[in-house]
Amino acid sequence: MSMTIHIDIVSAESEIFSGTANMVFAPAEMGEVGIAPRHTPLLTRLKPGEVRVQMEGQDEQFFYVSGGILEIQPHVVTVLADTAIRATDLDEAAAIQAKERAERAMDDKQSDFDYARAQAELAEAVAQLRTINSIRQKAGR
Amino acid sequence: MAGAKEVRTQIKSIGNTQKITKAMEMVAASKMRRAQERMRASRPYAEKIRSVVSHMGKAHPEYKHPYLIEREARRVGLIIISTDRGLCGGLNTNLFKAAIAAMKEWQGQKLEIELAVIGTKAMGFFKRLGGNVVSENSHLGDTPKVEELIGSVKVMLDAYDEGQIDRLYLANNVFVNTMTQEPTVDQLLPVSGDEQDKHLRHHWDYIYEPDAKEVMDGLLMRYIESLVYQGLVENIACEMAARMVAMKAASDNAGTLIDELQLIYNKARQAAITQELTEIVGGAAAV
Repeated sequence: MSMTIHIDIVSAESEIFSGTANMVFAPAEMGEVGIAPRHTPLLTRLKPGEVRVQMEGQDEQFFYVSGGILEIQPHVVTVLADTAIRATDLDEAAAIQAKERAERAMDDKQSDFDYARAQAELAEAVAQLRTINSIRQKAGR
Repeated sequence: MAGAKEVRTQIKSIGNTQKITKAMEMVAASKMRRAQERMRASRPYAEKIRSVVSHMGKAHPEYKHPYLIEREARRVGLIIISTDRGLCGGLNTNLFKAAIAAMKEWQGQKLEIELAVIGTKAMGFFKRLGGNVVSENSHLGDTPKVEELIGSVKVMLDAYDEGQIDRLYLANNVFVNTMTQEPTVDQLLPVSGDEQDKHLRHHWDYIYEPDAKEVMDGLLMRYIESLVYQGLVENIACEMAARMVAMKAASDNAGTLIDELQLIYNKARQAAITQELTEIVGGAAAV
């Protein structure tokens, strides 16, 4: 068996690369790692940088990742690339925003709330009218 | 001719409505194709991360992550993905029905419920219903980004970390085909380790860099996010399909209505002509 390793690079929104390589280099959090076939299983986070894939010919391919997770199995490497820039405080800010939006929407008695209620009332009125009409028609005959 | 004129204006106005519903149908059809492509595009990531998580379940880390441990439930979290806009048939209503059925069951077990809603329809509905909504996210458009979901998901994950909730569920529509969308409620946390026992013989573990806890935190967070993202993308495809079908039905109904009215109009017109003729003939006979 020739010494190659299968590599998949995917992001949440699309598949980026899939193929076989002689060697893969990735920017792991503790420093760049070079992955040859039959590497021991490893799981690590990636920092922003480039993933280099040495193809079976001599050519190399480069992929930029802004972070993510790297999984290594003896014959498969998986790069789960992030599409977003991640940082603890950025995530925190997004979470606080989501909470605030909920609170604001719950407090907001106007706009959407009234609109929804008006819609329900309108549907009811239309149904009543329809019933009255059909009763009238029957009585007329 | 008075009746005939009224009927004619009615035919015209229904015709205008039909034009609008036809246009919406076509827009939804083309958007559906794109939404389905996005659904397909996000699938490889979901598959890969699922396989990594299941590998991790088979490994024997010295550290057991809280997301993998089943604990006694007192409160549950539910993420509900709905659409932002209406006119898509019973899509949202069916989903809310399924969600409420699940919530009733939890309430029966004396569990409290926290909701995270995505989409304005769910927000409006659960506000009226009086649910405990802790996070809201809407107007994500037809091409949502993962980063727009991070906040909503993090609110729930934080609540799980702090013991505010003991289980997390996701409610969304699953795209079966254009005609069928199935509302489902799935468990996200704790991650169910269905295939955990298969490879018990291989006693192996990963090397974790920098350490097991941090790597697992990052991985499982992304796993949950990818599931929610997948749910959202799928829900959008459902929305477009449902809208296309609803608008097609509306256009067809408008067509039958126009046909019926056309018949009434023709009859009224013919009656008027006949009457006019009899009047002329009667008048001529009298002279």
